[in-house]
Amino acid sequence: MQAITQQIEELSKYSGTAITSSAESSLPFIPGPIGTHITLRHITKYFAGQPLYQDFNLDIAKGKITSVFGPNGCGKSTMINLIAGLIPIDAGEILFDGKSLRDTKIGYVFQNYRDALFPWMKAIDNIRYPLKLTGTPKAKIDQRIDELMALFEIKFDLSRYPYELSGGQQQTVSIMRALAPAPEVLFLDEPFSALDYEMTLLIRDKLQDIFMATQVTIVLVSHDLEEAVYLSDRVLLLTKRPTRVAELVSFDVARPRTLATLSDPEFIKTKARSLQIFQQEVHR
Amino acid sequence: MGRLSGKSLVPAIGPIVLFAVWYFVVAAGIVNPVLLPGPGDTLAHLYTIVASGSLLVDLLATARRTVEAFLIAAAIGVPLGVALGSSRPVYRSVEFLIDFFRSTPSSALIPLFLMIFGITDMNKVAIAAFAAVLVILFNSAYGVMNARKQRIMAAKVMGASRFQIFRHVMLLESLPQTFVGLRSGVSMALVIVVVAEMFIGSEQGIGHRIIDAQQVLNVKDMYSSILAAGVLGYAFNVLFMLVEGRLVHWSGK
Repeated sequence: MQAITQQIEELSKYSGTAITSSAESSLPFIPGPIGTHITLRHITKYFAGQPLYQDFNLDIAKGKITSVFGPNGCGKSTMINLIAGLIPIDAGEILFDGKSLRDTKIGYVFQNYRDALFPWMKAIDNIRYPLKLTGTPKAKIDQRIDELMALFEIKFDLSRYPYELSGGQQQTVSIMRALAPAPEVLFLDEPFSALDYEMTLLIRDKLQDIFMATQVTIVLVSHDLEEAVYLSDRVLLLTKRPTRVAELVSFDVARPRTLATLSDPEFIKTKARSLQIFQQEVHR
Repeated sequence: MGRLSGKSLVPAIGPIVLFAVWYFVVAAGIVNPVLLPGPGDTLAHLYTIVASGSLLVDLLATARRTVEAFLIAAAIGVPLGVALGSSRPVYRSVEFLIDFFRSTPSSALIPLFLMIFGITDMNKVAIAAFAAVLVILFNSAYGVMNARKQRIMAAKVMGASRFQIFRHVMLLESLPQTFVGLRSGVSMALVIVVVAEMFIGSEQGIGHRIIDAQQVLNVKDMYSSILAAGVLGYAFNVLFMLVEGRLVHWSGK
């Protein structure tokens, strides 16, 4: 385990160096270490003529929660949008277990649930929508809805329209919709930042329960370091632009993590270390 | 209890004040009664022409022309607007034409339409439809163009094809704005139909009735007909609000 983590860190450190960029054309695709789900190789993305990512390499672990954290404007959300195919990459390759995005089922949860859910559909039809797109038979869809309702322990009425639900309920519906097709990867872009604190705690723990039940690979953008460490197995710390991996910090405390985790020495150590790296990068 | 019933009377204050001022102005002899009869006389006359059915004939003729013009305009304006709006470059290429003719007073085109259609019923409907179609088209196009990017992205990431995104997301996203266009369109159609009835020879219609009454100084009939035209316009508005509330229930939420 330790070896794998080290390997990941090694690889990430190489990103942006001359060695990898010159190797780009001559070397074949280098797979990530065992346990890798998503591999980013030689990713380049320009914004307004300026490089945001240049020859960026990363391995994202399978069946783990990886949080993305970094200074303002370093492209945290851009990174998951590039991986999820919402923004085209200028150069490079992204593979999911060796497959392209086209052959991969993904789920995506937006920060702003209000603009992501379809207000003309009832909550339950929002959740059904991705299944209908793939032509899933009605009986199968109903069965999947029942599973999700049990998994999320839904206690509110899903036959209401999104605007009739509270913010927390709407974001819960968004997460259910993203999980409905049983995706291989679930992306969440600052999913809690539009919620009040009470709801944040509740849905954060719900997300952990669901992760423990499904072991789906999760990539989550966070603007809260404590939250990032608390939820994650890996915290991906990014530099200022042009963005590189500052460090991929592991946090392997057993789940379920609870309030007690927040005072666990390992948690405090990991958070302090991440904060130190973050501050170095901000002041660089 | 008392406060509740008091509150529900608030919207009635405006009309009551209007009628009170009207009554006072006539009773005090400030305005020549030949130009402005009192509200009591006017309402009594309105009752008479409603009861005799003569007003209804004109009102129905105007309503029928307005509805016809509106239906033609909607049938052309909505699909065309949605189609143009779904491609920004295409919309940009015709934007000037749309804005130009939208800004041109449609009544200025009445003589032109007279040359094309002659003094027919079709003429009134055609010019009203022309006036309404641009407002409807413009709003539908903007509704599609301003569809929230994030909803489109949400559909895309769930694997929707371009056509599915258009049908399931953009079309519905545009509906609130489309309804704004439809509501303005029907008001516009009514305005033009009434003007056309005044100046393009017709046998029936509220515009025709108003100008006839004015010509023979039958002011009671003129005011009654104006009030009736107002009621018709208001009824269209209320009808649209009701349909909109049901169909675009998420609008503004």
